[in-house]
Amino acid sequence: MNTAINIENISKSFPGVLANDSVSFDITSGTIHAIVGENGAGKSTLMKILYGMQKPDNGILKINGDIAKFQSPKDAISAGIGMVHQHFMLADNLTVWENIVLGIDSSNLSKIKKSKYIPDITDLSKKYSLPIDVNLTIDDLGVGEKQRVEILKVLYRGANILILDEPTAVLVPQEVEELFENLKNLVSQGVTILFISHKLDEVMEIADRISVMRGGQHVGTVSKETASKKILAEMMIGKDLPTPPSRETLISSENCLQLKDLRGEPSLGKIPFEDINLEIKKGEICGIAGVEGNGQRELSEAILGLYPVESGQIFLEDIEITKLSTRERRLTGISFIPEDRQSQGLVVESNLVENIILGKQSSNTYSSKFKNVLFKNASKNSKDVVDNYEVKTPNVQTLALALSGGNQQKFVVGREIDGKPTFLLASQPTRGVDIGAQALIWDKLKEARDMGLGVLLISADLDELLGLSDKLYVIYEGKLVKQLEPTEATPEQLGSYMTGLGI
Amino acid sequence: MSNFLNFIKDNKEKTFFIFILFWLLVIAQIETYSQLTTSGTFAATMRLAIPILLAGLGGIFSERSGVVNIGLEGMMIMGTWFGAWAAWLYGPWWGVAAGIFGGLIFGLIHAIATVSFQVDHIVSGVAINILAAGTARFFSVVAYANESQGGATQSPRISGEISSFSLPFLSGGTFLGNETIDLLRNLEDLNLFFISDISGLLGGLTRDISYLSFIALSLVPICMWVLWSTPFGLQLRSVGEFPVGSESLGINVYLMKYIGVTLSGAFSGLAGAYLVIESSGIYRENQTGGRGFIALASVIFGNWRPTGVLMGSGLFGYADALQLRSEESVHGLLLLISIVLLALSIYLLFNKKSRNGAISLLMAFGFGIWFLNSTSVPNEFVYFTPHITTLVVLSFASQRLRMPKSVGQPYKKGEGG
Amino acid sequence: MKIYLKILSFFTPVIALAISFGLTTFILIMIDRDPVETFTLMFDYGTTGKSIVSILNRSIPLYISAVAVAVGFKMGMFNIGVEGQYILGALIAAQVGAVLILPRPLHVLTIFIVAAVVSGIWAGISGYLKVKKGVHEVISTIMLNYIGAGIVAYLLANVFFEKDENNSLKVPQTNYLLESGQLPPLNNILGIEDLPNLNSFIVGAVFVGIFYYWLVWKTSLGFDLRATGLNPVAAKFSGADPNKLIVLAMLISGGIAGLVGMSNLVGYFHRYTIDFPTGLGFAGITVALLGRNHPVGMALGALLISFLERSSQILDLNNIPKEIERIMQGIVILVVVVSYEVVRRYILTQEVKLASRMVDKDE
Repeated sequence: MNTAINIENISKSFPGVLANDSVSFDITSGTIHAIVGENGAGKSTLMKILYGMQKPDNGILKINGDIAKFQSPKDAISAGIGMVHQHFMLADNLTVWENIVLGIDSSNLSKIKKSKYIPDITDLSKKYSLPIDVNLTIDDLGVGEKQRVEILKVLYRGANILILDEPTAVLVPQEVEELFENLKNLVSQGVTILFISHKLDEVMEIADRISVMRGGQHVGTVSKETASKKILAEMMIGKDLPTPPSRETLISSENCLQLKDLRGEPSLGKIPFEDINLEIKKGEICGIAGVEGNGQRELSEAILGLYPVESGQIFLEDIEITKLSTRERRLTGISFIPEDRQSQGLVVESNLVENIILGKQSSNTYSSKFKNVLFKNASKNSKDVVDNYEVKTPNVQTLALALSGGNQQKFVVGREIDGKPTFLLASQPTRGVDIGAQALIWDKLKEARDMGLGVLLISADLDELLGLSDKLYVIYEGKLVKQLEPTEATPEQLGSYMTGLGI
Repeated sequence: MSNFLNFIKDNKEKTFFIFILFWLLVIAQIETYSQLTTSGTFAATMRLAIPILLAGLGGIFSERSGVVNIGLEGMMIMGTWFGAWAAWLYGPWWGVAAGIFGGLIFGLIHAIATVSFQVDHIVSGVAINILAAGTARFFSVVAYANESQGGATQSPRISGEISSFSLPFLSGGTFLGNETIDLLRNLEDLNLFFISDISGLLGGLTRDISYLSFIALSLVPICMWVLWSTPFGLQLRSVGEFPVGSESLGINVYLMKYIGVTLSGAFSGLAGAYLVIESSGIYRENQTGGRGFIALASVIFGNWRPTGVLMGSGLFGYADALQLRSEESVHGLLLLISIVLLALSIYLLFNKKSRNGAISLLMAFGFGIWFLNSTSVPNEFVYFTPHITTLVVLSFASQRLRMPKSVGQPYKKGEGG
Repeated sequence: MKIYLKILSFFTPVIALAISFGLTTFILIMIDRDPVETFTLMFDYGTTGKSIVSILNRSIPLYISAVAVAVGFKMGMFNIGVEGQYILGALIAAQVGAVLILPRPLHVLTIFIVAAVVSGIWAGISGYLKVKKGVHEVISTIMLNYIGAGIVAYLLANVFFEKDENNSLKVPQTNYLLESGQLPPLNNILGIEDLPNLNSFIVGAVFVGIFYYWLVWKTSLGFDLRATGLNPVAAKFSGADPNKLIVLAMLISGGIAGLVGMSNLVGYFHRYTIDFPTGLGFAGITVALLGRNHPVGMALGALLISFLERSSQILDLNNIPKEIERIMQGIVILVVVVSYEVVRRYILTQEVKLASRMVDKDE
């Protein structure tokens, strides 16, 4: 058995974070090798190194026995590595065969060798049992078919090591079965497959060997025979969980937010969330754990009034708000910490004084009787937030884009919490934020909670969820599959529910 | 019968189109409205449609590479000016070359502003239009100050014209040196329902066609071939769809955009030159009359495809031809519109879309009453037939259109993963 | 350091103008004319008392037109249709004004309101088409320009016309506005007797500017408009309703556009004729771009363009084509938009660097 890839002591760090810490393991040719780990475990960085998009700080990479020093993806492609991204890199308005041959010819006015390409591609698809009609436009294809095109694209350029990044994230179960069939066929033809995933049940089904990463380190590699869900979950999450601090506060019995039988309108054939029943009391932080892409984004947008709800109701303090507009919901006291601060939470080309108003422009705080903006209040409030939340900025006249990510997030959090909301929806509130900012945001969330705020915390960060939540749900494929007690939850429980194993 | 109904259901748009054509033919049988389907009308249609067609083809290249080009009008103006000037001094084909050149330069300016300097595409296009108008005015004064027939707002008459040909046997062209019969004209004169009208259509398109028109029309299949059958066309289209991905595959995104936009300038310049050389014989200020914008509309309506632009420009050219040649026929269009709206309202009400159905019905009556109470449409209204056609068409077409995904978005090199 | 950036931003138009002057000089040399002579003549003529009044008069409609366009720009919308909007508004208002008899303040105000409403509705059509049918406002406003022009021509020839003395010929113009519908010139009030009439609607222009400033920068509606223009996603998340805003922005923009013709209507011609000034809609776009949508910037821009137009009139008498001014306008606008974009990006990058440096110092 040959070794397709040797990873030896690869390390890579970015400002503030050690993404890969002396990672070492091997990948055998002609096998399906899975790499699992949570968000932030270092998988994607490792893949980028393998694919030539990043260069390691230390360590050696060998492809089929030869030392590889990739300067760009082109080098990796020449070495026979092909990457199938999670978010497809396909031109929607072009056909399958056009996408596959794009960039191969130099730009000229000769006739495209359609008569050569199409049979070649068709032969290739037959050889690897990846049936596809090469004349269809990408727009018209289903998700599974698009993925097949991506695979064919890299195979056509001579790849015999395929890296698939979260390939099943966008597939329905049937398509997943088809994909696994395809992968097995590919492997029988000698292709090596690297499979990155969160979903332990799928990984267990398809992989020959499984490597687990956590916190930038390679925790261990197990073979299919010796692996079990328990072992994998433990490796992924670790035996030590942060102990939730003891709570002195009482959760009030008053309702803050209620979701009843909420079901989102289908988009692209998939229902993003359904059967959502949730009750959050005042003074309570309710956490929803889940891997990204399981409906959390649509659910949070629905609570805000930005995603259409097909059926069900939303109540704020026992008053139904299902039909209210976003502005009206904001005015009734819903605040929101978005997961993408730059595009959803801030107008980066404006200064902090203007950004403090965002979300509340029609409230009494910032809008006078004659609809004038009360800049004095805005100025004062922005200064307060900057002080209370330790936002590092020269002054409040600074443009938002000049702040670092952590400071921007602190500002947004401060704006949303300081506005004395009735309910706070926090979506990945500390993503991409340095440790100091993270700690401060957590403190502020707890403070607010202790003062009677009801919070819905949606996150993929288990530390965050376990450290803050009073009660914890797991969302998987649009449904709340389990409720857990944060103080009693074990890592394997959490891991399994999040990845669909469901003990 | 049920097969027929199913056919209608599946091909709603085609059926609608055929329905309109049928009633057009019927109305054209009435003496006053006969101009609706004469060869003269169709010949004018072609002459008036081609500038829009050419500018539209150019617009396709620009938009497919991801750059919005509002400046087609200004580039066309440059085409008219340079075309007239060179044609006056040196002859019509020099006019063609100069017109192309003039438009190309302005296309290049637009490319530099939008691609290299990342100016907002629409702002740049507006600036181009203003610059073109000012340039045309200024150059006119400089070039024609001492000419008796020229001046600040027009050029002297161009010298010579481009020769034309007719199809032999069908349209009276020469064959091996001999004159032949004009079969289509004979059929047309017979005034037979449908046969004469079709003969009018075909005759108008094949009789006394100038070589420039022929070249212009043949650009349609050429553009289709370039865009869909060459590596260059494939890369251009991919740049407009997903520039980031294209760059990662090694395509030179900036270069593709430059070529796309500059080509759009060249095409628009040709359109302007055609307008001068084939239609008016002189440069006159404001003679483009918004055709550049109508061309852009035809790109949108034509779903960014040459065949679509061909149809769109044909439609607008037809409206233009009618308003120029025969006010009476435009009056006949009122009847057509009210009949079509009546049918539409029946269809909508049948499908329980009562509000839209009621509106259509009301409008059908409105047009019907207008038709009955007048003998002609005022020529001020007739004048903007193409423009209102554009507006109406766009309002109903926007649903099933598919624009290049990244059109209008600024692109910075290296943004790719 | 921050001051340096502010100065740079402030002086960008000056730099752009300098470049434009340079290019114009080049063109003048190409056609064998003396640039120094040209510019001197223009400056001398343009600064006479008569000229200054003329320039002020000309800049009134230009400024208002620019403000109308700028309202749209602030929200990321392009109202190219000011041209059609203002002539429709002026025509209808002229005819309505001609048949009314009211005390002057009321009379004049009614005329303004009619113009603004008609014009606003015309613009609102584009807003509606964009929201409901997805028609891009650039095309719809431009098409509506031509349609509006056609309607105006029709109305003048067939509906709003005056009979001449013999009562036989139709003269396409609206009836003459009674005195109560006219605005007298400012000269008497200001005591400048020996100069041509200064149009008193200049006061109106100032009010429009103040209104614009107040609306966009001081009201919460303006906040929504600007936020949507800068970051439509964040604006949506903050509760702004994009559809409502689009229609509102077009209505307001059109309403202001209606006032573009007022200085000429009530202050000068007192009727709408076929000679009523056109082209002010497009010139307004130039001024808005030149003034970067800033209330004072646009005022300066309007004055500059008016100055160019006025001062170039002397050139013909000296064998220099006065149309050089037209191409100058085109050059200015192109150079200006490129320069503004370049400087804008530069300033943003500098702001980021500046802030991180200052913050690092503290740590």
